[in-house]
Amino acid sequence: MTKDITLDYVSVQFGDYVAVDGAHLTIQGGEFFSFLGPSGCGKTTLLRCISGFQEPTAGQIRIGGKDMRGIGPNKRPTALIFQNLALFPLMSVADNIAFPLEVRGVDRKTRRRRADELLELIALSGQGDKRISELSGGQKQRVAIARALAVEPDILLLDEPLSALDLKLRQHMRRELRAIQKQVGLTFIYITHDQGEALTMSDRVAVMSRGRIEQVGDARAVYDQPRTAFVASFVGENNALTGRVLGRENGLSTLDLGLPAPVRVATASGPGAKLAPGAECMAFVRPEALRPCAPDAPNAFPATVIREEFEGAQRHLVLETPGPGPAAGPAAGPAAPRELRMTLVNDDRDAAFGPGAAISVGFAPDMACALPPGELASA
Amino acid sequence: MSGLRAFFAGFVDRNGLPVAIYLGLAVTIWVFLLVALPQLAMLDFSFRHNLPPSKMGGPEDVYTLEQYRYFFLGSEIGGGDWNALDIGVLFKTLLAAVAVTLIDLAICYPVAYLLAHSARGAAGRLMVLALIVPFWVNEILRAFAFRILFGATGVINEAGMAMGLWSAPIDFVGEDVALYAGLSYAYILLMIFPLYNAIESLDRNQIEAARDMGASRIQVHWKVVIPYAKPGIASGSTMVFMLTAGALAAPQILGGPSNLWFTQIVYQWFNDGGNWPRGSAYAIVLLAVCIGFVMLMMRVFRVSIGAIGR
Ligand SMILES: Nc1ncnc2c1ncn2[C@@H]1O[C@H](COP(=O)(O)OP(=O)(O)O)[C@@H](O)[C@H]1O
Ligand SMILES: [Mg+2]
Repeated sequence: MTKDITLDYVSVQFGDYVAVDGAHLTIQGGEFFSFLGPSGCGKTTLLRCISGFQEPTAGQIRIGGKDMRGIGPNKRPTALIFQNLALFPLMSVADNIAFPLEVRGVDRKTRRRRADELLELIALSGQGDKRISELSGGQKQRVAIARALAVEPDILLLDEPLSALDLKLRQHMRRELRAIQKQVGLTFIYITHDQGEALTMSDRVAVMSRGRIEQVGDARAVYDQPRTAFVASFVGENNALTGRVLGRENGLSTLDLGLPAPVRVATASGPGAKLAPGAECMAFVRPEALRPCAPDAPNAFPATVIREEFEGAQRHLVLETPGPGPAAGPAAGPAAPRELRMTLVNDDRDAAFGPGAAISVGFAPDMACALPPGELASA
Repeated sequence: MSGLRAFFAGFVDRNGLPVAIYLGLAVTIWVFLLVALPQLAMLDFSFRHNLPPSKMGGPEDVYTLEQYRYFFLGSEIGGGDWNALDIGVLFKTLLAAVAVTLIDLAICYPVAYLLAHSARGAAGRLMVLALIVPFWVNEILRAFAFRILFGATGVINEAGMAMGLWSAPIDFVGEDVALYAGLSYAYILLMIFPLYNAIESLDRNQIEAARDMGASRIQVHWKVVIPYAKPGIASGSTMVFMLTAGALAAPQILGGPSNLWFTQIVYQWFNDGGNWPRGSAYAIVLLAVCIGFVMLMMRVFRVSIGAIGR
């Protein structure tokens, strides 16, 4: 029940291609843990290592302290829910759910009873005799979960299980998955490229890029204190500004971001604290951290509104401000205009301006972060 | 009928009139000229007396069950007992065809599975090529090659004796080993491709899911792959069985002296016996028994006729 999963510098190489690069972390028993990253970053490969379909080319995987090398998927305390569910179309719903028991030689009556219990858990009582093709997307989803639970695993592995569902159902299933996890008390390891899913459901999230684990932490930490440029730009929306560190005192760094005046960003802890004066850096300011303000307020700079995107509760303003864009380094020169996004609550009476307006915007130093330059997530 | 017309109209819309006419003609010729007519002619023959050409169409040319009676009861001189010889040969032929089918199934299933799920890219194409190319050699040549291979001084006997596995030449031909090997080989492609098609379309995740849920490799095949591939197995088995039961060249060339294939009896009636009505009746009996047997097997294994077409 409370078996920890330890990945000890796990790497997977396909020929010359490194799909997973030195993954090193521990997942606590009973935790809802997500791997979040763009498509192709190695999430599925890592999950297949944990489930035993893929042997790491380096490193070790331990479950409950036991080295898993050489132990087949059918002998591990894990159950994998495939991206396409992989239900057996020729079997009834109940037979699908009871399949793990059938292959273990459990007799028909016990199988049926257990299948009925699990059907009740997933709120599909009395539908055991249906064919798989007669179920809706969400019901199939739940049957796949029930079938995996029938294995009585310690760890449930889920590979983007909601990606085939429509938006409404996806949001509903998020809550449902979380509820089932609480109820059965198992460790869930969840894979997704959808940050909304990862942030809302997980106790902790590991953000991955190009086979590397960039950061591990709870949703807030990953959102508020990104440790790399990739995490800052991949999780949630973010404005990236390149520049140079001018100085640092009292946990505040002064940065030249190509704006008319230097700005100050909190760097009390994290990688930003290690940026020495003179170092190149990237500053990240969230759209909701950017506010209209007086021209002489701290961290204020001029901007022109180019576009407005109205979304009901919020509105997004696309601003233009001179200076080096996120991709170009400081060498690209100060004159190139760059776009920033600002999100305002819709009842913001002070900000009744539209496209074309020249305004001043600013941000609080602790609502932004400075990080060493790095690769950004592509939009 | 109106449904047919609507279908035709729709087809013309989609493909144009020339294509529709061509396809309509081709199907008609295929079904009537090449399939139905010859069979009907055979059926008609089988209910007639064996008359010299001068008497055909004359007063003696009437329908009769004589040819079928002969198959079941033998010549009247025999005294009304069962025609044990011919019926026995028919049964032996069916049994042998079943055996050949099972041998092909046993050989092809693993190969088709590997081809479909393990061999990737170039390796897979090479395997398919290796399977097909030998079939460019014609059937007679292959049969004789097998005869040489399995003969008293053939490669197999020489090699076996050289390695000291056995001391005197084994009579593979007399023991029908050569026959079974030759027949199994002759129709192996007809088994492998339906199997391959069926297995290839199986989602790999299903196999892994079954493994993940604790199934052993054998259980994965037994409970997931084989049920899924059942239509392919049925269609491959049906073809191999039918063609084996109807084979003539291989039994003729590779069969031991004591082993008579039912088609050889049919051939004898047509050719040496010059008795076309009796030959027809025997051929019809073979066809009917084979179809009946296949239907029965499909019932037993719960395969629908429609599934075979897939
Ligand atoms: N069996 C394999 N052989 C070669 N390359 C593979 C194999 N499996 C995955 N890859 C490659 O590894 C990378 C990561 O794949 P994957 O783990 O499926 O990513 P994700 O699930 O994050 O989208 C991809 O570039 C993919 O092409
Ligand atoms: Mg994936």
